[in-house]
Amino acid sequence: MSLNEPLPEALEARGISRRKFVEFCTAMVAALALPDRYLGAVMKALESTEKPVLVWLEFQDCAGNTESMLRSADPPVADVLLELLSWEYHETIMAGAGKQAEAVLKRVVAENAGKYIAVVEGAIPTADDGVYCTIGGRTALDIAREVCTHAAATIAVGACAWDGGLVRANPNPTGAVGLQEVVPGIKVVNLGGCPHNVANTAAVLVHYLTFHEMPPLDQYNRPLFAYGELIHDQCERRAHYDAGEFVEEWGDEGSRKGWCLYKMGCKGPDATYNCPTVRWNSGTSWPVKSGHGCIACASHRFWDVMSPFYKPLPKVPGFGVDVDAEEIGWGVVGGVAVLTAAHAVGSALRPKEEPPKDDDQA
Amino acid sequence: MARVVVDPVTRIEGHLRIEAQVDGGKVSDAWSSGTMFRGIELIVRNRDPREVWLWTQRICAVCTMVHALASVRAVENALDIEVPNNARLVRNIIAASQYIQDHVVHFYHLHALDWVDVTGALKADPAKTSQLAQSISEWPKSSTVYFKGVQDRVKRLVESRQLSLFTSGYWGHPAYRLPPEADLMAVAHYLEALEFQRDFIRIHAVLGGKNPHLQTFLVGGMTTSLDLNEPQAPLNPERIDFLVQVAQSAKTFVDQVLIPDVLAVAGFYTDWFSQGKGPGNFMSYGGFPQGSIKDTSTYFLPRGIILNDDISKVHPVDPSKVAEYVTHSWYEYTSGDQVALPPAEGQTNPKYSGPKPPFEFLDVEQKYTWLKAPRYDDQVMEVGPLSRMLVAYASGNAEVKTAVDGVLTHFKAPPTALFSTLGRIAARALETQLLSNHIVGWIEELRENMHSGDLAIHNGEKWDPNTWPSTARGYGLFEAPRGSLGHWVEIEGQTVKNYQCVVPTTWNAGPRDAKGQRGPYETALLNTPVADPERPLEILRTVHSFDPCLACAVHVVDARGRTQAREEI
Repeated sequence: MSLNEPLPEALEARGISRRKFVEFCTAMVAALALPDRYLGAVMKALESTEKPVLVWLEFQDCAGNTESMLRSADPPVADVLLELLSWEYHETIMAGAGKQAEAVLKRVVAENAGKYIAVVEGAIPTADDGVYCTIGGRTALDIAREVCTHAAATIAVGACAWDGGLVRANPNPTGAVGLQEVVPGIKVVNLGGCPHNVANTAAVLVHYLTFHEMPPLDQYNRPLFAYGELIHDQCERRAHYDAGEFVEEWGDEGSRKGWCLYKMGCKGPDATYNCPTVRWNSGTSWPVKSGHGCIACASHRFWDVMSPFYKPLPKVPGFGVDVDAEEIGWGVVGGVAVLTAAHAVGSALRPKEEPPKDDDQA
Repeated sequence: MARVVVDPVTRIEGHLRIEAQVDGGKVSDAWSSGTMFRGIELIVRNRDPREVWLWTQRICAVCTMVHALASVRAVENALDIEVPNNARLVRNIIAASQYIQDHVVHFYHLHALDWVDVTGALKADPAKTSQLAQSISEWPKSSTVYFKGVQDRVKRLVESRQLSLFTSGYWGHPAYRLPPEADLMAVAHYLEALEFQRDFIRIHAVLGGKNPHLQTFLVGGMTTSLDLNEPQAPLNPERIDFLVQVAQSAKTFVDQVLIPDVLAVAGFYTDWFSQGKGPGNFMSYGGFPQGSIKDTSTYFLPRGIILNDDISKVHPVDPSKVAEYVTHSWYEYTSGDQVALPPAEGQTNPKYSGPKPPFEFLDVEQKYTWLKAPRYDDQVMEVGPLSRMLVAYASGNAEVKTAVDGVLTHFKAPPTALFSTLGRIAARALETQLLSNHIVGWIEELRENMHSGDLAIHNGEKWDPNTWPSTARGYGLFEAPRGSLGHWVEIEGQTVKNYQCVVPTTWNAGPRDAKGQRGPYETALLNTPVADPERPLEILRTVHSFDPCLACAVHVVDARGRTQAREEI
């Protein structure tokens, strides 16, 4: 059977009617225990022999999200890059350069409009007409607007593409912002983290390919399955926190016993991500397991908001830890109190709040 | 005569633009430009010096961990802190594994497609490919059936007419010269290397918490406590055993896949031992201390400089002779464009004076890049694996000498062949093997210390900022996979007053200086043959041999002395 023949046509040529094809798909939906509304998606998936095209743009980045993507274990990275999607533009790994690279992007935007997935990594500078990042002589601003406006779905990977990340931290010399702020008309899925964890990103891509929609998102447009719980509630050292067993000094007996890192500045009680559950690098470890506190790298504007990273979180209702509140000068201590109070009564009931307005530095 | 522009240069880290003048089928002049700027040195001002490594590590994640280590070393140098032996070992193991992973990824996923025609794999005879593979290596994945499977995978990709990453390639370019069987073997190993690098980097997860962007560094040591008896200790007998197993599998891969592939591919392109010659000056800060960091005589890789291709003499390195020009860079110095400033007195005010985007050409006679031009004693320096291997060779390191001489004998080439595009590739591969030979031993040292009860992992004597002097200055040097890296810090009032980085790719990809001396890329590209200006594959070959990392290369230093209050959000 030639690969270029859609399945229904191929089956028809062998005497299997279209009605039987639809019956088959219906049975599949039932077998997978999917709601009936997925029949259309399953049929579409089987009818099409084309892989969706993906383009990955990099702006003011460190390539951390690209590198994280390359660590995919499930599915294996080669499968992701070659067969899951047609991964046609990604400056760090694509075959062609210069004019050949530009031509690919142009063709995808023109011929696959409304069908390709756009992934964006890195912040976008807006100061001085965006001259702080150019590719092929065009500004990042210009490229982002064009490519994302015509995408079927847009994913911002990593802190910088979500909210400007490190690049936007005070004093933000280049007027850097996140993607959503420069393409306000589209919905961007934000896979925050510094970088994103590929275990989640791969899952999002597979989910999207299967159901042609994104999984349920929170108020920051982050998928709930990865960002819906506090680190603190998933942490394997939680029993030590509850028992009042803390690391007091780096390398002390507590650190060898894997005790709680709260006093060493861990931001786990205020961080939302799933590191303790999926861990990093094929489920091998995560910062706390290797002895260093969480820095809340998937939280909004964490570089400015969650630092200093070695200063313990202040005492707020619901903590139950005998630590003096200190003057911290964080504007969102109210937000922290709201989150941890909710946590004390059951984090499932965390209120849906409007994300804080981003003040522009530039 | 044509001005060839390659932007984006792909299969690198970051944003690089090359403009080359091509006359009579060869490059007659070239200009290298970094096209992205962030200002991270400015962003780390007024932060806690103990955490600055978290911030600066985000300069780059292809070279993850390198800036973290340079940063903690800079602060430790400023505050005169010596780290415990176990912390030194953990840092060396993290660094060595970064080199191994980074260099493997570079050869296969960043460089190989310049030499390997993926579509050539379709014409290969899998049985002959098997014979080829088995003639050069004991690597067990080498059967006819295996190579047929890889070939079928490429075939399906091509027949689907959606070639994914390979879509934009220069397939069929006359400069490709491998026989189809070598193409197929290389493609198979490209795929295997993708899985290898993911599995191997679990060493970083154990010792660093996660990769990219490890999170276990501390000013004074590391967080990875060791204990013989504790299940939840970051390092215990089971964790050490895991590290050893992963490191040993890496050695097998490097010995049986990387090295044979590099030799095999290079064998079809030996004329590239005469291409890509750089400025002829090579610098290495040295690395992998086996004792105190202050004692460079203990460094596994020696510190030194080679001048004018003369490997009979190694010159000492004095970091105070490092200085940067902005003559052709988009910055202003109050002292003007003709003066180079050392990082300790660095001054950078970004000022873009290039063409308004969208633009077609840079004004290469004026300022044309976000990279500054570092110089050592006003000399252009090349940095990276080739520099390190040459300095080690010239310093009499027996292991390096044997390895390098072995390669030269294999190709029947004189030592001057090393000063080339292929020389860089060979050096990178040999360095990978060198480190994979030693990394298991370093892990075993950790195990012995754990066993003997030497568990110190952090020197906390000066963790409390109240123990610090009111002002302090220091610098941290580290040979990153791509070359010589330095961070300079000035601490005042327990926060960072000034911070500066001089980074490997800045040395290599930087522009002309006040004297008009070209940067290393610009020199290396001279006389590169270009068969088709519309498909400048040959230019990519030499640029990629340096393993560019542009996020690293562009940095900002601002010594305007403003103390800003941290923004209240």
